[in-house]
Amino acid sequence: MAKMNLLQAINNALITVMEQDERVMVFGEDVGHFGGVFRATSHLQEKFGRARCFNTPLTEQGIIGFANGLASQGSVPVAEIQFGDYIFPAFDQIVNETAKFRYRSGGQFDVGTLTIRTPYGGGIAGGLYHSQSPEAFFAHAPGIKIVVPRNPYQAKGLLLASIRDKNPVLFLEPKRLYRASVSDVPEEDYELPLGKADVVQEGSDITLLGWGAQIEILQKAADMAHEDGVSCEIIDLRSILPWDAQTVAESVMKTGRLLINHEAPQTGGFASEIAATIQDKCFLYLESPIARVCGLDTPYPLSHEKEYMPDQFKTYEAIKRTLHY
Amino acid sequence: MKDRNHLAKVSTTHEVNIIEDGLIDIPMLQILKPDGSLHENATAPELDEATAVKIHDTMEYIRVLDERMIAAQRQGRISFYLASTGEEAAAVGSAAALSEHDMIMSQYREQGALAYRGYTTSQFMNQMFSNKEDPNKGRQMPIHYGDKPLNFMTISSPLGTQIPQASGYAYGQKMAGNEAITICYFGEGAASEGDFHAGLNMAAVLHCPVIFFCRNNGYAISTPADEQFAGDGIASRGLGYGVKTIRVDGNDPLAVYAATKRAREIALEESCPVLIEAMTYRLAAHSTSDDPTGYRSREEEDKWRAKDPIQRMAKWLEKKGWYDEAANTKLIEKSRADVLAALKKSEKIDVNPIEDIVEDVYDDVPWHLKEQLDNLKSHIKQYPKAYPKTAGRVK
Repeated sequence: MAKMNLLQAINNALITVMEQDERVMVFGEDVGHFGGVFRATSHLQEKFGRARCFNTPLTEQGIIGFANGLASQGSVPVAEIQFGDYIFPAFDQIVNETAKFRYRSGGQFDVGTLTIRTPYGGGIAGGLYHSQSPEAFFAHAPGIKIVVPRNPYQAKGLLLASIRDKNPVLFLEPKRLYRASVSDVPEEDYELPLGKADVVQEGSDITLLGWGAQIEILQKAADMAHEDGVSCEIIDLRSILPWDAQTVAESVMKTGRLLINHEAPQTGGFASEIAATIQDKCFLYLESPIARVCGLDTPYPLSHEKEYMPDQFKTYEAIKRTLHY
Repeated sequence: MKDRNHLAKVSTTHEVNIIEDGLIDIPMLQILKPDGSLHENATAPELDEATAVKIHDTMEYIRVLDERMIAAQRQGRISFYLASTGEEAAAVGSAAALSEHDMIMSQYREQGALAYRGYTTSQFMNQMFSNKEDPNKGRQMPIHYGDKPLNFMTISSPLGTQIPQASGYAYGQKMAGNEAITICYFGEGAASEGDFHAGLNMAAVLHCPVIFFCRNNGYAISTPADEQFAGDGIASRGLGYGVKTIRVDGNDPLAVYAATKRAREIALEESCPVLIEAMTYRLAAHSTSDDPTGYRSREEEDKWRAKDPIQRMAKWLEKKGWYDEAANTKLIEKSRADVLAALKKSEKIDVNPIEDIVEDVYDDVPWHLKEQLDNLKSHIKQYPKAYPKTAGRVK
């Protein structure tokens, strides 16, 4: 075990897989010699050479187009998009190409080896264009997997599983936690399962569901509620697509209440999908309406960042409303 | 850390000197005249009889296939078709200059390249009738071919997406140590897409062994080339990206072959991209959904009919003593009969069973797709007449 922050855990996962498999290539804007603007790819070029860890020109559609081609050839690309906010020039390559490669060719060709890493989320004074959480856009693209880790241990295990998974994975990294979160991370190789939620804390009165950096918020809100004698079950969804409805449904059947928290705007956010599915699977078990604590339906504001965030206080209030419905 | 100097190649001036277009002349390679003789000072590429005849016969076959499939579409037997009439030399002449190990990433008007690789009439038909014999499982519209054994990447409709993909594929071939390159076909309209610029720039910067082959056929559906770009065609852009570039007469099979052969050598030996701009003309409509009489004249088309690549090749073969008129007539008749027979056979073959609808989204079928399939099957059983293609086979 070693103490690592989330960036170090990601760097460690990349080293682990690059040492094992020479088909793995890591690239994106500034990821080469410089090691990425957040330093997630530090020293990879020194260790593995310029051919396997390199800078690309500043073109997100080019990076993902190139990565799609490389994956279809049989290499294992790990492409970095510098900020989730800048992934949209590559939207066509991801939605029309990455996601449909296997289906349209009847399984003759696929880009299953592709992993796209990108930092997402707010709380770093990043304003409109360094704060967004784009998971819901991509959740509407059958054929890709979407994975979000909540801490360094999860990040290494989930990233290794994502790179080795036989499907293309969009790996969203909570950048607010890059240096803030430190935990024990095994130095050896390990994987955590994709498509499987993780019950972080057991409880009996209400299920709190989130992913990524918001798990920390849910924990704080649960601690506040605990003072009131409320027992919260906390679930980290970990995979947005395909998502683990079974674990969530089992929990809701036990607690009878569900609160979903995400940073992205409420309308059309992934909480809507979860709420619809859970009310379908658990209708007769629900004691109150499913609550959503989300970002506002505005662009991400710089000056009102604190007010915008679905923080522990908003979450705590929503827990109370749900319990006293 | 080494010092960089991005002014290293920059000269200086002391006058306000705005550079105007047209300072660099990019000539068009022509080898074969329309009468089958060679241009003065032109040398025919080294071509053995078998290859030369195969180039000609493949073009002739594609002409027949295109005619028959347009007719089949008009009869309502297939939903859509897209002919390459007049442009056969661009696809076939270039494909002939490649190794079978080279990956072809095409747009949608390169059926000639696929036929040259050995795609059979039955394979063409199975794709167009989206039946269960199509290895792409009938999921895409007609003409979206793809065949792994022939190293022909399955076509997707969005324009230009294959361009940066070709750069990536070629990079992978180089890293794997393969003696192979990637060729990427697209039209001059697709070259306006962002992916064109991304793909060429990345290939140049990352030294990818790829040939970018642009069929500049004058039209993107109804939009003429002069409303598509103001610069000197597509070739001038290659130079801007530091990509070795050649422009050829796309209706001259020998010029296309010679240029592609050389481009392949350069791409492989120097590990770099090469851009070929083939100047041709889309004599066909854009697709069966298009009617060119609304945007161009018969006279304009006739000028290009006179530059027909198949006749040009036939006349050269004749001069070499490699052409037999009677045999050619037989070939055309046989191709027509083959297409008709294969068409009749393919249109009777079933589509895949309904279970296939959730396959290949992922490597395994996840829980939510299993659930959706179960619901769909129950529904089909309830309303079998509404879903005649699959109802009889629902388990």
